[in-house]
Amino acid sequence: MKRLKFAAFATIIGGAMAVTAACGSDSAKDSNSSASETDKPLQGEIAIDGSSTVYPIMEAIAEEYMAQQPDVKVSVGFSGTGGGFEKFIAGETDLSNASRPVKDEEKTQLEKNKIDFTELELAYDGLSIVVNKENDFVDYLTVDELKKLWVEDGKVKKWSDIRPEWPKEEIKFYSPGTDSGTYDYFNEVILEEEPLVENATLSEDDNVLVQGLKGDKNAIGFFGYAYYAENQDSLKVVPIDNGNGAVEPTHETIKSGEYAPLSRPLFTYVANKSVADKEQVADFVEFMVENAGELSEEVGYISLDDKEYDKDLEAVTQLKK
Amino acid sequence: MKLIDKTIVAKKMPIRLVRNTILKGLFFLATTFGLLVLGILLYRIFAQGIGYLDWDFFQNFASRRPEEAGIKAALIGSIWLMIVVAPVALLLGLGTAIYLEEYAKKNWFTSFIKLNISNLAGVPSIIFGLLGLTIFVRALALDRSVLAAGLTMSLLVLPVIIVAAQEAIRSVPRELREASYGMGATKWQTIVRVVLPAAIPGILTGSILALSRAVGETAPLVVVGIPMFIAFLPKNVFDTFTVLPMQIYNWTSRPQEEFQSVAAAGILVLLFLLIFMNSIAVFIRNKFQKRY
Repeated sequence: MKRLKFAAFATIIGGAMAVTAACGSDSAKDSNSSASETDKPLQGEIAIDGSSTVYPIMEAIAEEYMAQQPDVKVSVGFSGTGGGFEKFIAGETDLSNASRPVKDEEKTQLEKNKIDFTELELAYDGLSIVVNKENDFVDYLTVDELKKLWVEDGKVKKWSDIRPEWPKEEIKFYSPGTDSGTYDYFNEVILEEEPLVENATLSEDDNVLVQGLKGDKNAIGFFGYAYYAENQDSLKVVPIDNGNGAVEPTHETIKSGEYAPLSRPLFTYVANKSVADKEQVADFVEFMVENAGELSEEVGYISLDDKEYDKDLEAVTQLKK
Repeated sequence: MKLIDKTIVAKKMPIRLVRNTILKGLFFLATTFGLLVLGILLYRIFAQGIGYLDWDFFQNFASRRPEEAGIKAALIGSIWLMIVVAPVALLLGLGTAIYLEEYAKKNWFTSFIKLNISNLAGVPSIIFGLLGLTIFVRALALDRSVLAAGLTMSLLVLPVIIVAAQEAIRSVPRELREASYGMGATKWQTIVRVVLPAAIPGILTGSILALSRAVGETAPLVVVGIPMFIAFLPKNVFDTFTVLPMQIYNWTSRPQEEFQSVAAAGILVLLFLLIFMNSIAVFIRNKFQKRY
């Protein structure tokens, strides 16, 4: 009887291992067949972490890159712009994705740890201000009105507080979480560091915001353009007036910078040392700059001008020397 | 003298019967409520995810295209995680439980340890993530490896295993131990040959439930810095990896509608894995349970 028990236990553990082993050998076969297609196979690891907004672009780049260089182990993390920089400062990552420029205090820490870095722009995103489909009165908002809407002033906010002809109904706010680069960007250009309305619903998951906005007639919220583009039929985007007439976020207005001030660039920060010392990182970064435009369009962002990518490429070439 | 006043009984009987029926109905509703929620959940996930659940889904790595996205790295990663967590957590947990139940003197220090283990079971999982990041990832320089994450998860489930093993060991009847001593067995012989075999169903059931928890957790791994996109499989415990819940979380946060269905398919895989593990627990309990 006792033997039976141990046999059963051993079977469980052994079974789990067998499954892993089976799948493991399978993958070895895969990678061998594709390795023969590339001319100069590279090896080694590339550690990338940072913004969840930039993640889809980096995932696409890594996916394509690994089709070419199957022996390079690229891993892409998801811990947010701030969390990514923390690891970058500790020297744990080669690339750090960011949906906002590096902050001064992060720069000081990087200098203290002697980590030189290069900022590369990957794509544009347009922060879209979105209301419920049934909201028929908000035709556009000026930047000042936007600030008045979102800054905490101790009172319950009604639409009529913004413009008197709008209904006297309470506004519901939906915002990305305060750890996100999206929030940081909004905080900087719209709120100008003043506190966000206290009763706002915060979520790190933009799909939660989308659901909230769909279900609430008096809701207003903001998130990346891709989330609006996917839900165009069930949400209404608000054109923003920055003094030159109301501009709606579209592919063209974001790319040209006409949709201001809410068009924002997405970055990745490269550790100079990694590019200089690790062949695979240099190769990956070059591949990234060459393909970022096309791949970011594919995952819902807006590509930069070709000139911008050329500039990035030049910077990378400098680093390799 | 009448002991029972029949008229009062007759008057009160209907209302008592009604009350009985109402309460029975209420309790039945309470029971079905949980089942109903589970049913709706399963229906939604099945309806959404079943279309994406094919052989390719297990063969492919994560991808930007929903139709090509697969769960291979995450599934294998989860199994690797278990391979680290299971022995570490079991050995530490079982050792602690045997010491506390069999060897430790019943004094304030022992009860202090027991109290702390119970407290540890209530610590939010993200705190264990911070602990893992500081100790395993940074101080021991294990980096973002299977081993670092596995040790973190072991710590997370350790209290649960200890408590389950303690309960199981305590429920072994005194008479068995005394009989063993009476035959001239030492303490160690008694533990290995009498107590543990009798306690194993309880210990394994608790442990597998604890392992299931380790498989389903995300927060500590996010803190430890386990990456999301990986297009290779770990070759040993020092390689980096990703796990099912993280992959699912990533898919649900994508803007594209199709990724919601891919996420549902991922949830199905995770559900099957958990149901599989739980049924092992049930099987062991039924098969090896001895009654004393």
